[in-house]
Amino acid sequence: MASSQEKETMGEDLDRTKLPQILIHRYPPFTVPCKHRLLRKFQLLEPDDSILPTHSFLAEYAQSVRVILCVGPSPVDSRTLDCFPSLQCVVGTSAGVDHIDLAECSRRGISVTSAGDAFSDDVADYAVGLLFDVLRRISASNRYVRAGLWPLKGDFPLGSKIGGKTIGIVGMGSIGIRVAKRLEAFDCHIAYNSRKKKPCFPFPYYENVPDLAAESDALIICCALTDKTRHIINRDVMKALGKEGVIINVGRGALVNEKDLVKFLVEGQIGGAGLDVFENEPNVPKELFGLDNVVLSPHRAVATPESLQALEEVVIGNLDAFFSNKPLISQVPHE
Amino acid sequence: MEAIGLLMACPMSSYLEEELDKRFNLFRFWNFPQKQEFLKENRNIIRAVVGNAGAGADAELIDSLPKLEIVANYSVGLDKVDLVKCKEKGIKVTNTPDVLTDDVADLAIGLIIATLRRICACDRYVRSGAWKKGDFKLTTKFTGKSVGIIGLGRIGSAIAKRAEAFNCPISYYSRTEKRDTKYKYYPTVVDLASNCQILVVACPLTEETRHIINRQVIDSLGPKGVLINIGRGPHVDEPELVSALVDGRLGGAGLDVFENEPEVPKELFSLDNVVLLPHVGSGTVETRKAMADLVIGNLEAHFMNKPLLTPVV
Repeated sequence: MASSQEKETMGEDLDRTKLPQILIHRYPPFTVPCKHRLLRKFQLLEPDDSILPTHSFLAEYAQSVRVILCVGPSPVDSRTLDCFPSLQCVVGTSAGVDHIDLAECSRRGISVTSAGDAFSDDVADYAVGLLFDVLRRISASNRYVRAGLWPLKGDFPLGSKIGGKTIGIVGMGSIGIRVAKRLEAFDCHIAYNSRKKKPCFPFPYYENVPDLAAESDALIICCALTDKTRHIINRDVMKALGKEGVIINVGRGALVNEKDLVKFLVEGQIGGAGLDVFENEPNVPKELFGLDNVVLSPHRAVATPESLQALEEVVIGNLDAFFSNKPLISQVPHE
Repeated sequence: MEAIGLLMACPMSSYLEEELDKRFNLFRFWNFPQKQEFLKENRNIIRAVVGNAGAGADAELIDSLPKLEIVANYSVGLDKVDLVKCKEKGIKVTNTPDVLTDDVADLAIGLIIATLRRICACDRYVRSGAWKKGDFKLTTKFTGKSVGIIGLGRIGSAIAKRAEAFNCPISYYSRTEKRDTKYKYYPTVVDLASNCQILVVACPLTEETRHIINRQVIDSLGPKGVLINIGRGPHVDEPELVSALVDGRLGGAGLDVFENEPEVPKELFSLDNVVLLPHVGSGTVETRKAMADLVIGNLEAHFMNKPLLTPVV
């Protein structure tokens, strides 16, 4: 039994201990979304915030934990899962679930949920924004004006027309389809690669990414990071894309062989890139800082208050569904 | 046609210059510091002027060129041409509609996303090394925001079509309500600004539309509103705009044009919620070539007594 001091620390009272329990799995500096709303409905077990050392905390609570709220990219691997023998569900708070061992969860019969569609519009908007920035040189010419160069050096060099370009989308999930819908309004042609062809989509499908790249003027990477997709954008893809080609990455840094991309960009073997994610955030290869045909972004594609609000609804929705034995809202399919 | 004198008002395109040089007796106005002298000496040779958004044919120039037959513009906007004077003297005027519509509309959307999502500021944040110290702040969602367009012509309609793909409700102001459109009409710009979150200027610059974005409109748009200008600088009362942005009374602005280009108010340089572009609305290799070809095509048509390709009615 927890001491009364312990109960005070954890904000418990007798009523609260009757609420369904959620274990918060959180690596600093990530914060629990919608904590105030969660506290009204659930008992939050927070090993990282307890005065008890972790092993004591776990000894007290681990046996009964049925659901974990996995905050941000905090890793959930076999070791984590071993701590919670009664675990049935991991509720994630991000679109990507590459930090969760899906195979292990599946093996143990543990469901996993993600942010679902909560972020999809924002990420699609951002991908389009990055593409337009690279093609029309928005950040570069904004820099030019702010440096006072317009009166001194005259007109900025011309960009490249968006309409009529073929945009290859890598990953035709909820983000990819939204990117496609937006770009069609700009008279872009859409082509895609995905794990499986989607018969209901009217766009040309390519079974592998180099083939897609060969037919595309730009690639937009919005697929999940898995063992199969790590470094899916490699030098073969970049060569196929060609010297005018543009790469936009709003997925995960490790989808792209970053070392090769930097080399190709520095050597002018590829036309440009818009990158929101990197292999080793927040570290960004310094060679890119001097390039005008690259737009760099600090992993902000989902960062709007509207997305966070939508995430809250999905998280609480999944937790409510779990505790009332209803279907989960945004379950990640077992592979 | 090599003997025909053609005056190019300012540097605008080296491709166009080269092509005109091959076909005409080309005079580059900016190479003559003594402009009055130059005009006096060549008044009877010059039969055509090529202008753009920066410089065209005002009343004074037209009066100095008694043999002027045609003003061919390397732009769609005609605010630098004295149209009344041209009509009086039977001088033909052409511009470059349609070929640049897509590029300008694309840029309007690019500016909206860059402004709302702070893409340029994010890029600056990474390049400065600041990301290592902490995350950039939250920005503002674009999808679903209401977009108000001033002027529902070719460019305004193209912007509307694109914004619809982001599920944005569209409303507009125009001199007269358009019967064949599904978008909501507001009879005044202040009404439009009060009822939208993103206000886009896409109308021609005329005496009536000068400073169409004034203090009252800016106040109606408010601290969460964003102004996008891909029209002409004088559409906006620039000192009022600057003051509103610096004070935080306006949420943000994406500006491709300014009252006194290439001068841009320096007070804007330090603001994260503002994107400043050097008049690149039609600035792609593909479109500028298409515009130049249209200028050449119009001039050739005129001097060969064929119908003009894109006359201004």
